[in-house]
Amino acid sequence: MNKRKLQEIVGVNFLRLGVIFTAFFLISFLYIIFSKGGSVLSWTFFTDFPREGMTTGGIYPAIVGTLYLTILSILIALPLGVFTAIYMVHLAKPYWLMRIVRIAVNTLAGVPSIIYGLFGLTLFVRIMQLEVSLISGALTLAILALPVIINASEEAIRSVPRSFREGSLALGATERQTIMRVIVPTALPNILTGAIISIGRVAGETAPIMFTAATFYSRMLPTSINHEVMALPYHIYALMTEGSKPDQQVPIAYGTAVVLLLLVMFVSATAIIIRYKIRKSRKW
Amino acid sequence: MVKELIKTKNLKLWFTDNYVLHDLDFTVYEKKITALIGPSGCGKSTLLRSFNRMNDLIPECKIEGEILLEGQNIYDSKADVTDVRTKIGMVFQRPNPFPKTIYNNVAYGLQIRGEKRKSVLDDVVEKSLRDAWIWDEVKDRLHTSALSLSGGQQQRMCIARALANQPKVLLLDEPTSALDPKSTAKIEELCIDLKDKVTILIVTHNIAQAGRISDYTTFMYLGDIIEFGETKRVFTVPKDKRTEDYLTGVFG
Repeated sequence: MNKRKLQEIVGVNFLRLGVIFTAFFLISFLYIIFSKGGSVLSWTFFTDFPREGMTTGGIYPAIVGTLYLTILSILIALPLGVFTAIYMVHLAKPYWLMRIVRIAVNTLAGVPSIIYGLFGLTLFVRIMQLEVSLISGALTLAILALPVIINASEEAIRSVPRSFREGSLALGATERQTIMRVIVPTALPNILTGAIISIGRVAGETAPIMFTAATFYSRMLPTSINHEVMALPYHIYALMTEGSKPDQQVPIAYGTAVVLLLLVMFVSATAIIIRYKIRKSRKW
Repeated sequence: MVKELIKTKNLKLWFTDNYVLHDLDFTVYEKKITALIGPSGCGKSTLLRSFNRMNDLIPECKIEGEILLEGQNIYDSKADVTDVRTKIGMVFQRPNPFPKTIYNNVAYGLQIRGEKRKSVLDDVVEKSLRDAWIWDEVKDRLHTSALSLSGGQQQRMCIARALANQPKVLLLDEPTSALDPKSTAKIEELCIDLKDKVTILIVTHNIAQAGRISDYTTFMYLGDIIEFGETKRVFTVPKDKRTEDYLTGVFG
């Protein structure tokens, strides 16, 4: 066998090994989570409150809490992020401010999430006196989601062909009308994809809400944004670190993990479907 | 008697330090087709884009002199740029329909000026599409995406979109260079048909096209207007050697 052929075989098998390892980790990950958590899954697990010090019952308030936190934080971050992105692409003045914003955005994107938690605790909970509440947590998560949303929106807005802007302006539209009627609608599907991806991220975060919003146990659902809430990721953390009956708590923790995974998978699937539809309709 | 609609006076234009248009005095006659021809980089597209202030979008661009539309300087500090662009419409080299329905593309110009009455919009959309010779092809699918049209249809729809503003002048920036010969022929015929309604200024690389459709021809070279006159005269007895060389293909 000649040398080149040997190199070819070694090379391909090296790549194959990489794929096998990745697949192994992924499959064993899913197997462990689902096999350990699958046993507690039932209809009432989704619809019941936790009972008897977390040892039985469902996780309904944590699902609701995560849903509230996620929706509220995206509602805050999405408009802010889109406005920032529009400004960065189309106004982009003064230059020094743009540089600072860009550095800030990229730095924020790399900050560990526990630091967001400390920041939220200081600014929202203490200084702004919002207490440990749904709104404090949502604001903290919104800041966490902002870099992702800004970057995705900026990319989406930048990829709107220049000719659309020129066409609109040449018809006598103002800059504002051009942005609102042509550029944002054209970029919207891609902006939304970015938002959905950040939903997945926000829903799964524990550290930012630990000091700002989450509670170990709540006897009722939050009825105002000033209430503290239960949340899926924090519920897992609490079940694994507190309480005195690990035998009963651990399966519930894994069950909660399954629910969280399903939630994130569902969200990601939605993102993929939207992206697919955009690509199909993109013809310019 | 032909009427002067646009006059430029001492028009000078720079991109940063690059002196692009050299003190141009130029006239566009009402309800005629004027062709701007010349080799690449001669400034003909830049001149065209000066008429609807599209060069304003380029920060490096500096303009001196006046462009008078019916005696009003469109570069006057009091002039409203959106108003200028409504009166002087433009169609680009590549068809650029918005990713909206055909109807909403054509109605765009009215909608941004706040027109909401459906009957008015319906009428203008139909009339503009008819004037641009595309009504019969699209009347049954007005509410489908404009991106589903062919290139030639898109360009005619863009002409309709510009006509919906009832402009006095239509600027065409090499409108057929991205199209096949059949679509090109159709747009050329359309231009001749439109000149009863609107004054047309067309930039073209295609010398034969300028000969076929224009009443007046301007030959530009390196930022200067070398020759201007009735197309027949410019094409048969050019005064300047450079015009003759360009028209006969000595350079291009």
